Amino acid sequence: MSTEARVGHFPAVDWEGGALPYRVGHRKLGMWLFIVSDSLTFSALLIGYSYLRASNVWPTPFPFWPSIIFSSVMTFCLLSSSLTMVFGVSASSKGDKDKARKWILLTILFGVAFIVLHLIEWKHLIDEGMRPFFLPEHWVKVFTTTSGVPPSPLFGATFFTITGLHMFHVASGAVYLLVVAGRIKKLTHEDVEISGLYWHFVDLVWMFVFPLIYIMSVDAGHHLAGH
Amino acid sequence: MTADAHVEEHFAGSNKLFISIWVWLLVLTLIEIFLAYKPMPIYLMLTVLLGLSIIKAALIIAYFMHMKFERLSLILTIIPMLVVCIMLLFVFFPDSFRSAGLRYQFKEQPPVAPAAEEEP
Repeated sequence: MSTEARVGHFPAVDWEGGALPYRVGHRKLGMWLFIVSDSLTFSALLIGYSYLRASNVWPTPFPFWPSIIFSSVMTFCLLSSSLTMVFGVSASSKGDKDKARKWILLTILFGVAFIVLHLIEWKHLIDEGMRPFFLPEHWVKVFTTTSGVPPSPLFGATFFTITGLHMFHVASGAVYLLVVAGRIKKLTHEDVEISGLYWHFVDLVWMFVFPLIYIMSVDAGHHLAGH
Repeated sequence: MTADAHVEEHFAGSNKLFISIWVWLLVLTLIEIFLAYKPMPIYLMLTVLLGLSIIKAALIIAYFMHMKFERLSLILTIIPMLVVCIMLLFVFFPDSFRSAGLRYQFKEQPPVAPAAEEEP
């Protein structure tokens, strides 16, 4: 567990407190606490989704094209945006603010690409007939069990709520980064690092949304193939 | 504004390290997509996917979010309580399984999607 940040410290020394008990500024600590509370928001939503899924007949309607291809490319965009953000923070730590700004702008570009792809993917599903409280008729027909129990219409509600809230986080993160990029000369390195924390968190949430919402809802048996 | 300017700069990690983390994250994502098309019981699939997701989350937190290079006191303040709170939410699942049984009066079998050959 020892890292260079703690060389010469026994863990017990970390608990002695002082002016900076965590050796981070108050703003960075605030962002960490915000991230904890936001993690719980998403955890609660994902567990609510799992609750509904386990207590209902659940459709698995997502085709390889377009849903899985789109969501995979979106995952690639978010992961790459995290990498460019790390490069931005790294440049900022060396005092190279111009380079940091360029990396942050590239991060925003990846974030916007994610949103655009996600909206196209939403439109596919809406055109198919999916609504927050209704399933398309052919989905209901295909996924009704042999004993006649229809699939839960809440599929759309969970999908649009969770991916919608995540998309909102990406959008607000892009605005946040735009402000940071614009004012970077006036900001300290720690401010840039804090914006990076938020952005990575948005990426982190997608690492759970993607498998639970998309991968677990793949139409692997091609039940909808002829429809 | 510069009240914490004396906070030590200890930005660790080379670009090479971060690129290798990014490659790992992409590889784990590809494994997940591959698994989507492997027929397996849903509980096994869920376990494997969540396991991979937790590894990915840990990589992002440790390296991209720099947690590995923070003080131990910060790590111990943030992570364990989050894990405990999320675990506590699992208390709802027995009720979920119970309500599935109540709603559909299953005798022995849980609901399954119909086989494809039923369709015209």
